[in-house]
Amino acid sequence: MRFNFWNLAKQSLTGHTGWPEQWRDPEPKSAYDVVIIGAGGHGLATAYYLAKEHGIRNVAVMEKGWLGGGNTGRNTTIIRSNYLWEESEAIYEHAMVLWETLSQELNYNVMYSPRGVMMLAHNEQDVRIFKRHVHANRLAGIDNEWLSAEQAKDFCPPLNISPNARYPILGAALQRRGGVARHDAVAWGYARAADRMGVDIIQNCAVTGIHRDHNGVVTGVETTRGEIKTSRLGIAAAGHTSVIMAMAGLHMPLESFPLQALVSEPIKPVLPCVVMSNTTHAYISQSDKGELVIGAGTDQYNSYSQTGSLHITTRTLDAICELFPITRRLRMLRNWGGIVDVTPDRSPIIGLTPAEGLFVNCGWGTGGFKATPGSGHVFAATIAHNQPHPIAAPFSLHRFRTGRLIDEAAAAAVSH
Amino acid sequence: MIQPFRTQIGGLVERWNAIRFTFDGRALIGFKGDTLASALLANGIFLVGRSVKYHRPRGILAAGSEEPNALVRIVRGHGRDTPNLRATQIEIYEGLAAVSQNNFPSLAFDLGAIARLGEKFLLAGFYYKTFMPSLVAWKKLFEPAIRHAAGLGRAPIGEDPDQYANRYAHCDVLIIGAGPAGLAAARAAAATGVRVILCDEQAQMGGSLLADSDTDIEGRPARDWVASLLRDLYRHENIILLPRTTAFGYYADNFVALAERRTDHQSASSYPRERLWQVRAKEVVLATGAIERPLVFPNNDRPGIMLADAARVYLNRYAVRPGTTAIVLAAHDSGYRAALDLHAAGIPIALIADPRETTYNPWVQRAQKAGIRVAAGTEPVNTFGHLRVHTLQTRHGASGTIETHHADLILMAGGWTPTVHLFSQSRGRLRFDEQLGAHVPDISVQRERSAGACRGLFDLNATLEDGHRAGAEAATTSGAASWSHATIPTTIIPIMTGTAALPITGRHAFVDFQNDVTISDIQLALREGFRSVEHVKRYTATGMATDQGKLSNVNTLAVMAQATNRAVADLGLTSFRPPYTPVTFGTLAGLSRGALFDPIRTTPLHTQEAAEGAMFENIGAWKRARYFPKPGEDLHTAVIRECRTVRETVGLFDASTLGKIDVSGPDAALFLDRLYATPLRNLSPGKSRYSIMLTEAGFVMDDGIVARLSETNFHVTTTTGGAARVLAHMEDYLQTEWPWMQVWLTSITEQFAVIALQGPRARDVLQPFLNAIDLASLPHMGVRDFRLCGIPVRLFRVSFTGEIGFEINIPADDGPIVWAQLREAVAGQGGCAYGMETMHVLRAEKGFFIVGQETDGTVIPDDLGFGALGHAKLDFVGKRSLALPHMRAPGRLRLVGLLTEDGTTKLEEGAQITAEARPPPGTKSLGHVTSSYTSAALGRPIALALLANGRTRIGETLNIPMPTGSVVVHVVSPVFIDPEGTRAYG
Repeated sequence: MRFNFWNLAKQSLTGHTGWPEQWRDPEPKSAYDVVIIGAGGHGLATAYYLAKEHGIRNVAVMEKGWLGGGNTGRNTTIIRSNYLWEESEAIYEHAMVLWETLSQELNYNVMYSPRGVMMLAHNEQDVRIFKRHVHANRLAGIDNEWLSAEQAKDFCPPLNISPNARYPILGAALQRRGGVARHDAVAWGYARAADRMGVDIIQNCAVTGIHRDHNGVVTGVETTRGEIKTSRLGIAAAGHTSVIMAMAGLHMPLESFPLQALVSEPIKPVLPCVVMSNTTHAYISQSDKGELVIGAGTDQYNSYSQTGSLHITTRTLDAICELFPITRRLRMLRNWGGIVDVTPDRSPIIGLTPAEGLFVNCGWGTGGFKATPGSGHVFAATIAHNQPHPIAAPFSLHRFRTGRLIDEAAAAAVSH
Repeated sequence: MIQPFRTQIGGLVERWNAIRFTFDGRALIGFKGDTLASALLANGIFLVGRSVKYHRPRGILAAGSEEPNALVRIVRGHGRDTPNLRATQIEIYEGLAAVSQNNFPSLAFDLGAIARLGEKFLLAGFYYKTFMPSLVAWKKLFEPAIRHAAGLGRAPIGEDPDQYANRYAHCDVLIIGAGPAGLAAARAAAATGVRVILCDEQAQMGGSLLADSDTDIEGRPARDWVASLLRDLYRHENIILLPRTTAFGYYADNFVALAERRTDHQSASSYPRERLWQVRAKEVVLATGAIERPLVFPNNDRPGIMLADAARVYLNRYAVRPGTTAIVLAAHDSGYRAALDLHAAGIPIALIADPRETTYNPWVQRAQKAGIRVAAGTEPVNTFGHLRVHTLQTRHGASGTIETHHADLILMAGGWTPTVHLFSQSRGRLRFDEQLGAHVPDISVQRERSAGACRGLFDLNATLEDGHRAGAEAATTSGAASWSHATIPTTIIPIMTGTAALPITGRHAFVDFQNDVTISDIQLALREGFRSVEHVKRYTATGMATDQGKLSNVNTLAVMAQATNRAVADLGLTSFRPPYTPVTFGTLAGLSRGALFDPIRTTPLHTQEAAEGAMFENIGAWKRARYFPKPGEDLHTAVIRECRTVRETVGLFDASTLGKIDVSGPDAALFLDRLYATPLRNLSPGKSRYSIMLTEAGFVMDDGIVARLSETNFHVTTTTGGAARVLAHMEDYLQTEWPWMQVWLTSITEQFAVIALQGPRARDVLQPFLNAIDLASLPHMGVRDFRLCGIPVRLFRVSFTGEIGFEINIPADDGPIVWAQLREAVAGQGGCAYGMETMHVLRAEKGFFIVGQETDGTVIPDDLGFGALGHAKLDFVGKRSLALPHMRAPGRLRLVGLLTEDGTTKLEEGAQITAEARPPPGTKSLGHVTSSYTSAALGRPIALALLANGRTRIGETLNIPMPTGSVVVHVVSPVFIDPEGTRAYG
């Protein structure tokens, strides 16, 4: 049954008893054309586009826990495409265009809210870097504009632009099409739509091994619910990618770190847009429910623990209270962590691997949510054709052999 | 004014201490010791809030921090207004002003309640199924409407003027919770002499004992026992007692965070409002008690429906009659206890409805002996009453008989949920106890132990002994001498037991009160395939309100179990995340505010520069002089003047922020040679070399001067921003890659003030200070220790301007003296002090790059004109990467100079370079402008840029497309003046 106002109204009269399951809970079959490991946003989107765009419907998505329970359901949902390098611009803009019609595409309101993402410049180096972004984005045809501090305050009234602040705001880069979405709905929407096309989503089923023949070609996976044969295996397991890849004897250039986020108690709307301050490590927006959603930096040490250290949280709140003095008396309601997988150049890895039939999509670090539709879309094409989608091509694992890195973050570090 | 529902006797409130306060503008009176909730009840006010979604009238449900309904805004004047506070935790003070939330125009008549008309439509997840005709409609119409309807209280207007404090503490035993178990633990632990911290979220310690009216402990009434025990504890020097302090987070290695509320119970105070305690404890005793569960049945949310034990607390502790006639719904014997207490206080108990088919039960007998009617096997099925409940319908399970009863107070005793939040946060494993119908601690992971009700003990005697054992054991484990078992005799009261009350389905059977989640919502989620408890939580928002499911989590599981025919134990549990109760941002931020947000680093010469009129800028945490304007000068004119002065005479520059690392040891030369791309093994003592450090990936990471002071001792400088990073990088390699090397690293950044003297007359300025020594004997890149004004200084002959230059390292404290002397001498030569901006222009004129400005994590030495760097060396960090194909591929961005064709336009840093004057969107960039200045020496703007195949493009004409039109540029060498570099050697 389609999701729309009329069906909702009709169901209201009958106690909503007519809604079917949004996805089945199938028993795993003995073989699939494609198996995806990881039922987060990226994995589910990949399955969806495999079915939708490539006609490959005999697909299983394996999930150790419950779908959408990893970083998809733990991030601060910031969506933007105003990246610096052309390779990054291409993939994040690809995602952005998909975001704009995703609710209609999936028939699931993912609440994509293009309310504007503002990145604050606190020193001359920030100004230089963000202006470089603005110029590069303009050349690429991606919206991103420079605001003075006063214009930034007009766009986001609670912002403190006092020149006496410890790190005063000198200006901001604004991407108006950027925004947020409802993270759970993205996973659920893709799951429901993929399930409708025949994709099996197997929850509570951990993959314990990867089978390869004597040529190293993938032949299947071992799971807690038995063996599943497949010739094409796609990994979309975020922070646990290294562990899975090690099952195929591959060592990934990944490090895993805890990344924390928190929400305040809900309040009436005060914050109209997304604000990011890289220099002070604070990222904030307000959810439709009214909670301030705040992201922090990563912990300094590698870990698989989904809780971070308190001092990372307090450091972020220091910054939030400085940027938005009206928040100092508000209260932190919930604080949690996720595990992010970080590559040496902090850009993702999408594509083929040295093992034939094994594909990987990982390394999204702290910024994977925004890429979800684009990532799934190009990963599906890569698996379907056994060759990298043009947008995915620069993000190959091979780049660490050629040295053609795509380092977004290094552009922000300055010395004098 | 009278308080109509105040009892004549009893309670712990100070009847002699009347307090005036207001609620929604209505003037009221309470007593000191009241919470806002108890004071409102004393005044007969039960209606205190509206629910989030349907705006249903809601009353006070609980007596503690688990309260989901009674959220108010406290008004203290703009910046001090605080939304979403629980009336059950607010202590009243003279002049307190509380305002209800989420209603318009008033609490009793709320237009928002119109949402109830759509409640059949607004079931869980409705917003995922509609409102999506188009992005524009969502953005412009539906989302603003939803946002406006959601949210609870309003954020304060203006900045919070209150202060917040922070304290770190270590202790042997941290005891969380000062109820019977916690107090017994504290007494046992403190007696051993170990360091103890005891904290409790309430204003008064004692927990459930404060509401106890009929039990004796060690021969005296429970409350007297508490008082005397606390008096004893206060006399111990080794115990810190922290009331009003919530342990909200349990982190790794027994690190526990506590939030102490210090002034909210006072009208005004000069103390910090709250204090964050960050405690590292050898052992932790969790004595966090248990929370009573509501029953789930239709219309179980009306004002006047309350937890049974909460009513007992209001009566016994706060001397308030929470109603005129009561009915008790007792799935647990604690309901009988509440009924008996209320009955004894003269509140008629119309009925005790017990879903159990009781056989022998002493509590039933007690109730019946008191003349209270007990209906066994009877469940609630509905209630009536708009702003206050007045009627209850029950059904006798066996016969199906429906009965109607009247009461304005309906008490729910649904059993007890042990408070295992902190245990779970500590990573301890829980197990579901069928008998209790709740989760209890099973396997500990950290050094903690649970005691009393939080591990499922509900018998007072057992709890006290359990507390004693836990406290004594923890003390012993943390280092105290051995301990012995103790009995703490109490009045024997019959053991209380209960049953897991089944949810009664029907409309408006609320599971999560604040978020308006009903049985129907959970059933819908299950029907739609949300089987995991985490999915159900996220789809319905149950357990996600500001009480974080303290009352709803177990009932959610019960509803799920009932609907799916599964055992609760098989359903799992959602994670308990910190904080236990909400924590003020300001408390977490503490003192990190304003100037203290990040420590300001100033150089030893800061005062001198300020006196010189410097304008400062933030460079990382440093304040650095950007320029030194003379009266009437702006940045531009000052910089032109400073540049000219340095090139013509001499300038004085504060370079103290440069990172400085002392590298010593027999292997120091080898170590540095491997870390830097520049060859350093053959550097002679007394000489220095400009050196470039690469990342493992071959990209330029830092640069600086490496000076060899002796065979085994080096003085290394780094960029300002790179100081910490480079030291960490060095340590990383030393400790993990070459642990056998004998090298010691010491940061000496702050030990020296560094003054750069640059310009053709630099030597003339310096020579007179060095009487016996001839500066001409110090070659370019030489380094020597001298005495200057009697002060030992380390002198480098280096230039970052292209002029003759010296950098003088002076012991930090002596910096100002030397600055003053040199400043005078510089003035004598017609020179001046110059700042960062001039330094930037001068180095750009010479084509010197700045790490982070000309480089961006993709730049290798060859791109900057250092193609030969490291070729002769066997190995160094990054060498392997420099051999990768991409590093030699055509099209790399190379450092070049740019001159605008018109000779007047100054380019914008970050601007892109294209061949076309009007590139269409999607055009590939050829590169970008990295630095752009007005050059005084050339009398025109100059720029540095990274440009694809830049070195072969010199002489070409390209475009810089700007929103206002394209700027035509000529590609030139990045060295704009003195390409032979003779001036620095003069």
